[in-house]
Amino acid sequence: MISYIIRRLLYAIPILIGVNILTFVLFFIINSPDDMARMQLGQKHVTQQAIDNWKHQHGYDVPLLWNEQSQGQEKLTNTIFYQKSVGLFLFRFGTSDSGRNIGADIKERAWPSLWVAFPTLAIGLVTDICVALMVVLFRGSTLELGGMVLCVILMSVSSLFYIIGGQFVIAKVLRLVPISGFDGGTAAIKFIILPVLIGVFSGLGSGVRWYRTLFLEEVGKDYVRTARSKGLTETQTLFRHVLPNAMIPILTGVVVVLPTLFMGSLIMESFFSIPGLGSYTIDAINSQDFAIVRAMVFLGSVLYVIGLLLTDISYTLVDPRVRLS
Amino acid sequence: MLLSGCDLSQLNNPYPKEQNNQSILYQSFEERPKHLDPAVAYSENEYAFIAQIYEPPVQYHYLKRPYQLIPLTAQQMPEIHYLNKQGELLTANTDAKDIAFTDYLITLKPGIRYQPHPALAKAENGDYAYHHLTSEQITSANNLSDFKLTGSRELVAEDYVYEIKRMAHPKIQSPIAEMMKNYIIGFGEFAEKVKQQPITAIKDVPMSGVTALSPYQYRIRINGKYPQFMYWLAMTFFAPMPWEADVFYGQPGLADKNITLDWYPLGTGAYWLAENNPNRRMILQKNPNFHMETYPSEGEAGDTDKGLLKDAGKPLPFIDKVVFILEKETIPYWSKFLQGFYDASGIASDNFDQAVQFTGSSGVQLTESMREKDIRLQTSVETSCFYMGFNMLDATIGGTSEQARKLRQAISIAVDYEEFISIFMNERGLVAQGVLPPGIYGYQEGSSGINTYVYDWKNNRAERKNISAAKQLMKEAGYENGIDPKTHEALILYFDSTSTSVDDRPRMSWYRKQFEKLGIKLVIRATDYNRFQEKMRGGNAQIFAWGWNADYPDPENFFFLLYGGNSKAKFGGENASNYQNSEFDRLFEIMRNMDNTEQRFQIIQQMQEQVRHDAPWIFGLHPKKFSLFHNWYKNIKPHVIANNTLKYLRIDAVSRAQQRCDWNSPVLWPVLLGSLLILMLICFMVIAIRKQTRKSLQ
Repeated sequence: MISYIIRRLLYAIPILIGVNILTFVLFFIINSPDDMARMQLGQKHVTQQAIDNWKHQHGYDVPLLWNEQSQGQEKLTNTIFYQKSVGLFLFRFGTSDSGRNIGADIKERAWPSLWVAFPTLAIGLVTDICVALMVVLFRGSTLELGGMVLCVILMSVSSLFYIIGGQFVIAKVLRLVPISGFDGGTAAIKFIILPVLIGVFSGLGSGVRWYRTLFLEEVGKDYVRTARSKGLTETQTLFRHVLPNAMIPILTGVVVVLPTLFMGSLIMESFFSIPGLGSYTIDAINSQDFAIVRAMVFLGSVLYVIGLLLTDISYTLVDPRVRLS
Repeated sequence: MLLSGCDLSQLNNPYPKEQNNQSILYQSFEERPKHLDPAVAYSENEYAFIAQIYEPPVQYHYLKRPYQLIPLTAQQMPEIHYLNKQGELLTANTDAKDIAFTDYLITLKPGIRYQPHPALAKAENGDYAYHHLTSEQITSANNLSDFKLTGSRELVAEDYVYEIKRMAHPKIQSPIAEMMKNYIIGFGEFAEKVKQQPITAIKDVPMSGVTALSPYQYRIRINGKYPQFMYWLAMTFFAPMPWEADVFYGQPGLADKNITLDWYPLGTGAYWLAENNPNRRMILQKNPNFHMETYPSEGEAGDTDKGLLKDAGKPLPFIDKVVFILEKETIPYWSKFLQGFYDASGIASDNFDQAVQFTGSSGVQLTESMREKDIRLQTSVETSCFYMGFNMLDATIGGTSEQARKLRQAISIAVDYEEFISIFMNERGLVAQGVLPPGIYGYQEGSSGINTYVYDWKNNRAERKNISAAKQLMKEAGYENGIDPKTHEALILYFDSTSTSVDDRPRMSWYRKQFEKLGIKLVIRATDYNRFQEKMRGGNAQIFAWGWNADYPDPENFFFLLYGGNSKAKFGGENASNYQNSEFDRLFEIMRNMDNTEQRFQIIQQMQEQVRHDAPWIFGLHPKKFSLFHNWYKNIKPHVIANNTLKYLRIDAVSRAQQRCDWNSPVLWPVLLGSLLILMLICFMVIAIRKQTRKSLQ
């Protein structure tokens, strides 16, 4: 398995280089270094000298991909692409164009994102699975039909509605929790109750439908009939046999998102003033901060690759038949 | 069971309970500041913080209007000396063209001290404690507060000199550095000399035009006469910086932890930045070393009646701590204001009707629900202008020909900014009659201040001319009914804009309709910000919307937007419409060097008349700021120029705590009912599962 993991990690290198090149090209098609300088310097009294100085101080005064003026390997290395990208592979994110250390910012902002995202995922997963199993238990009944109609209704409503509605009812009308904000340590609990509750509720409809489909596929299989014929009750069959066998598709969906939980949620964090990473990339795109954009896209790619790898590994844990080679 | 109502109201209180009765001001910010270095920061959201921390030598009087400069760290207003080329002293009334240099001599108050800061901390042996950090010290520090020792020292003139040198250093990238090269003697040469040197080296490199004459006195020498330089001296660019700050923050490893001067300021102001997490909150604490400054004892007429002089003579600041919280969405922000968790609020368009209503006489008043909470409203016209500009280099709409001028005047009449303010701004704007907004010297109210090419003075107010007048101008311009004689079809004009989103469509549609009144077809050329800027720099836009927010309250800071020498296309300046008129330019050159005399006032009126006649802009509007305050928030007077106003404000914390308690009792019965329902649902499910299980077994 170790050789498999090493091979997968090596496969990731060309993928990450590709992602880097793509980000670089897309970013610089839209923004030139001059545009970036103007954005950082503001709109008042900006002269060409100030722009040239900004580019020089931030290393944007060299060609993008190929430096004709340089000699030998410097033709490649003395370029914006090389100088801004190589450090990423060593997880040196460098400094944003506005002067802050990106690595320090990511470290600081990842935890609040995780504070909200992890409980939402964990509680949501347990709730979705339990409700889905319950629906499967009552399959063919009006209860299932009602449950599915409810799920479709829940799915059809925008998550923004749940956020605004939840804030209005629970925080404004009932005044049970703060509308928005965040604090460190255990004081954070008060602030994350509402976003977690809304996160779980807004994902309930689609989650239940998805897991119900998985379970329904399993309940028709032979081993389930065998389990029933052994005299197990329906609940025993569902929890002891169907659930473990449905774990592979569940894991596919869950493990892959685990690493990306650090990246946060844009809307949720924005409405609840959670100081997470959710808006970091969008803000950077708006302010044309290439340093942050490339760092976050790179980090996102790395986390996604790790997520896929973890998913593969987790298969071996839940299904002894799966061997990685 | 024994919890009181106030304990229960803690449930939705976003702040710790122990803060309830403390003198803390809670404010929000929407966008995190990019820079807190006084040599770099140039945005309103950055000034909100650094203006409380850094102290330039002069400041604006908090209460007096028109805006007036007074000493801050200076003992008195700077002495101004005019010199000829030989360096000989000239009299104050010397003609501007004979003045080669102006000296600003600034004498500081003694005894002003910096906030406690690790950069100024000294060890027992008298050496600076943190100027030679070990790698262990750097590794273990994550915040500035991890450096336990702090120190302070007296403010000296050399600190002001040092800050001007910092502005000049290319690595600092001060936004006004290029401009100051034109004014401060030796600024450009200094920048060239130190460009390869580290910032810490500039302390011992002299700048010829800026000299500390004694520990409490320094002199700035500028080229020629530039009276507006005094206003620059009230901006934080000219605040002091101890050289120790750069030595401390310049140590390798600290920047990797975001411990930089750009994020942890060091000043002498009323507050210091105690917590800096720009993604969550920023906290200003009262500076324990703040020098003696008292609340003003005089203001303008009516201030006494408004209770604005009750604290006269009392030492500043009144508020112990200011908590700024990042709040990106208006819905939670507004709700928290109504719950009493923010002390002040602006009014977003979504909440406007909930907060404000217009009375018959076009006055404004708060709605019943606001009055019930005793919320106060303050309005002020900002020293900004938003205008629609014509590119004067354009072959159709630009130029000095009568045809083009009449076309521009006709469009000026047709584009109904009263309607624009009503539809898109909830009446929060004042239609502009010229370049200057109210509050700026030279602005005239009433019949003498109107743009007679667009308005008539009727019924004691300015009334926009009838559209028939605009149509007549179109006819005279050769575009009768909007028909272009060259094509015999509707005249096509192009509006360049960055408004590309769906939300902008109504606005764009409105612009089109205004031009349709004259038969003109307006084509919207929406593009991204970079391309738009490119067009503007190249002089390729035809019609565009633009704005300007004053740096300082002087007409020069507005008229320079139309000065020929500042043409954007030709010289990369701020004259976006590339207007050039020799008479206007001549008047501008005279006016900008004058003191506020009657003669200056008359010249300003001539300049206004010239641009109204030539119509390079449709003058657009001056935005009105509507702000809401709770009744416990005291000493509020809008000041659209000064930013260091937090020190004058006061909070009645006891009253606030009581009202928050009254407004935030939780409603618990739905929770009990909900719990009961869930319990019943669980019981029902258990029964159903049992039944189902039994059925399966059968």
